[in-house]
Amino acid sequence: MPDRITLSVARYRPENESAISFQQYEVPCHKEWVVLDGLNYVKDQLDGTLTYRWSCRMGVCGSCGMNVNGEPKLTCATFLADYAPGPVRVEPMTNFPVIRDLVVEIGDFMRKLTEVKPWIVRKEEKPLSEGEYRQTPQELEEYKQYSMCINCLLCYAACPIYGLEPDFIGPAAIALAQRYNLDGRDEGASERLEILSRHEGIWGCTFVGECTKVCPKDVDPAGAIQRYKLSASVASLKRLLMPWGAP
Amino acid sequence: MRATTGYTENHPRWLRRRKSTYWWLERVSYLVFILRELSSVFVAWTVAFLLLLVHAVSQGDNSYRQFLSWSASPAVLLLNLTSLFFVVFHATTWFRLAPQAMVVHVRGRRLPGAWIAASNYLLWALATASVAWLLLGD
Amino acid sequence: MSASHDVVLVGGGGAGLRAAIAIAETNPRLSIAVISKVYPMRSHTVSAEGGAAGAIRPDDSLDEHAYDTISGGDWLCDQDAVEAFVKEAPQELLRLERWGCPWSREPDGRIAVRPFGGMKKMRTWFAADKTGFHMLHTLFQTSLKYTSVSRYDEWFVTKLLVDDGRVQGVVAIELMSGRIEAITAGAVILCTGGCGRVFPFTTNANIKNGDGMALAYRAGAPLKDMEFVQYHPTGLPFTGILITEASRSEGGYLINKDGYRYLQDYGLGKPEPQPVFRSMELGPRDRLSQAFVKEVEKGRTIETPYGPVVHLDLRHLGEKIINTKLPFVRELCLKYQNIDPVKELIPVRPVAHYMMGGVSTDIEGATPLAGLYAAGEAACVSINGANRLGSNSLPELLVFGARAGRLAAEYASTRNDDPGPKLLAQAKDEQRRLEALLGENGGRERIATLRDEMQKTMEESAGIYRSGDSLRQAVEAIGRLKERYADAAIEDHSRTFNTERIAALELSFMLDVAEAILSSAQRREESRGAHQRTDFPRRDDDRFLAHSLAYRSSDDSCRIEYLPVTITRWPPGERVYGR
Repeated sequence: MPDRITLSVARYRPENESAISFQQYEVPCHKEWVVLDGLNYVKDQLDGTLTYRWSCRMGVCGSCGMNVNGEPKLTCATFLADYAPGPVRVEPMTNFPVIRDLVVEIGDFMRKLTEVKPWIVRKEEKPLSEGEYRQTPQELEEYKQYSMCINCLLCYAACPIYGLEPDFIGPAAIALAQRYNLDGRDEGASERLEILSRHEGIWGCTFVGECTKVCPKDVDPAGAIQRYKLSASVASLKRLLMPWGAP
Repeated sequence: MRATTGYTENHPRWLRRRKSTYWWLERVSYLVFILRELSSVFVAWTVAFLLLLVHAVSQGDNSYRQFLSWSASPAVLLLNLTSLFFVVFHATTWFRLAPQAMVVHVRGRRLPGAWIAASNYLLWALATASVAWLLLGD
Repeated sequence: MSASHDVVLVGGGGAGLRAAIAIAETNPRLSIAVISKVYPMRSHTVSAEGGAAGAIRPDDSLDEHAYDTISGGDWLCDQDAVEAFVKEAPQELLRLERWGCPWSREPDGRIAVRPFGGMKKMRTWFAADKTGFHMLHTLFQTSLKYTSVSRYDEWFVTKLLVDDGRVQGVVAIELMSGRIEAITAGAVILCTGGCGRVFPFTTNANIKNGDGMALAYRAGAPLKDMEFVQYHPTGLPFTGILITEASRSEGGYLINKDGYRYLQDYGLGKPEPQPVFRSMELGPRDRLSQAFVKEVEKGRTIETPYGPVVHLDLRHLGEKIINTKLPFVRELCLKYQNIDPVKELIPVRPVAHYMMGGVSTDIEGATPLAGLYAAGEAACVSINGANRLGSNSLPELLVFGARAGRLAAEYASTRNDDPGPKLLAQAKDEQRRLEALLGENGGRERIATLRDEMQKTMEESAGIYRSGDSLRQAVEAIGRLKERYADAAIEDHSRTFNTERIAALELSFMLDVAEAILSSAQRREESRGAHQRTDFPRRDDDRFLAHSLAYRSSDDSCRIEYLPVTITRWPPGERVYGR
């Protein structure tokens, strides 16, 4: 393993530029170093203007998503040594507008997340004095996978539909909607159905499956969406055949 | 929510990168996806071919023979071979993805995805076996 | 140039979001602003793993939870606050369950609890081993319901606006565009978390720079008990990633280079094959960290390129238990250090983890400065005293987040003033100062160099063992670093998303906080909980059964005063473990 490696990093400075250019930086390549450590080395020692997001350095905050050699990755979980001898190309995540350098604008996702009502919807709450809603470990398993989403948005970077149709609600938001739909304590499935059974909702998805491939937390958003298509179709059919309400 | 900021005098110009028309060539998985979608065309052709066959049969012996010789021509043969490939491709990609889309519970436990894929292949094998018996048996 | 809300929350983590929800529910007509320098789901609450304590089992009681907390805190906890805390903790955790938090369950569907270090009974609620993650996402997603909450995502607060003896707002930079605004409010609640990044080895994320503590300190509010820094005994070297206490409560062993379970040499009980409450590897964190330092002195630790370590042995638990109870531990070791706990030993060392100290508040979350409140790790009530028990900090966010929220809401609803001209003048001055940072200042000191030196100073002088001489020299060293800071080089002159300017501002906050920590440690001439003095090895209740309060003097130095601890029902005793 060489002890240095070159990072080829995308730069974009909105004040003077209208396109991305690449800048090369040579950084140390230790066995434990990830791409993020390389970027930190650049910012601390070589070029203080390099701009990117990061926080926890342990794959749980979701801040550090970038494209590494064309693949959406969490840069805190991507070892430099795996790319030796390099160079390693680091770019902002695909399908998002670039604010600066490696920082992208995620406001669109934040809006869509709110739209799908990612909270427990219930007509009536039982008082706290009556204790918890019972939920067996099997019932928890039903939605647990979809609750693991760290909102890193790698799935949006990988989804070609999101790139071609920006109105598409997208993998993470739909998976989070499913997380609540499948939670036994929630009663909001029909409310969410209204929002998600539009073309920009689940029907925009053509099951490319890339989202599931890049997800660092094994959420399987593609599976969530396809399951949702099935249950949405069944629900619509029920509504058609029994307009007075399903038993 | 203030996060959805409007443009102010200091607002930087976001770089919106356009997706290339050839986005599907950027990754192998995208290419496979496009081929999978394209395979539907060949599935449709297979159905159309079957309808043409049925129609030819209904028109009598002569028309049936004409149809057979037409089917044997190199162009149609190539088309049908390609269709065979794509139909098989279509089926296998479908079977591979089905477990992701279908979660089946039996007595409170989730069936492993491999079972769902396996049951699809099993049904396919049974259907093929029945057709083969009809055509080749006796 | 300015916006106005009834209540401004600085920080959007567990405490901030809980406070926002509390205000929205108490008084839906109040306009609430949550200002966070990162998107809220990135807040450091997300990384907490082990669990949240709340006494719910029939064989448990609030008094026992309180006693464990108070004795674990070496009697520096305010007992009235602890009593309120243990009472409200189960309620808050249950409220979170209502909001969808996926607490792990018993087979019959009831909430499951597990043992945790320092707790004599099983009372730690958990959501697999990602409790903080699930709590934060539950709080964040639930907060999206309330239309009265406006979010300022990626806005960095640089100063509190104080006029007339009251805090009336903040000045903040919008990272994206670089615009600087004054955001006025009837009340401000600081929920900015701790300051682990003043140390070189820490479990804390990059964003934990003690922002709120420095903001309060500069505005004239005191910082309480800053000398008490909790080290987590098991963090990965180099990355500082926390290997959760749960790995020990499930039965892991700590062994030195001879494969010996060394904790038995330090008054923590006898080694048993199964974990025993409050004994050996389940002893309190400070005792475990101190044992490590002693092992280093005896030369019984393992040398690595990142310093001395000991080993955490999980191999005897087997793959099945590790995959069900500790999946995240295995994932972390494999993904970030390429180690498989099923087959290998995990190298660990103590890492700075939690600040018991923080902005001084009363039991409702109010600071002595009118209009200013604080909650969470940024605050010090104090319920954690000299040493926090594991799984108490997550319920702390909820209990005191809600309390501070409700109190601030009440205060803000009585306030209706327009910002006076003095306030706006302050904001304008601050704007000028921040803009000037972007100019061609020709500084010669790299921010990273100053930061590294600060961290090194803190590690040497404010580590697990401290001494008067070393602390005195360290205070002087920080003073010199502050002078050099004036010459800090900011290469990035852009307004757009200028993270170098933010790093410079964070460094300046950290220098203030570091000074408060060192000064408080210097004055406390005793050893108690996480603060261990080699020159004063005994606990001294006569002189120091009191909280230290660090105030900023007019000459920018740190002045320490003392505030007695509130004792209600549990007179100070001796911390005894491993019976």
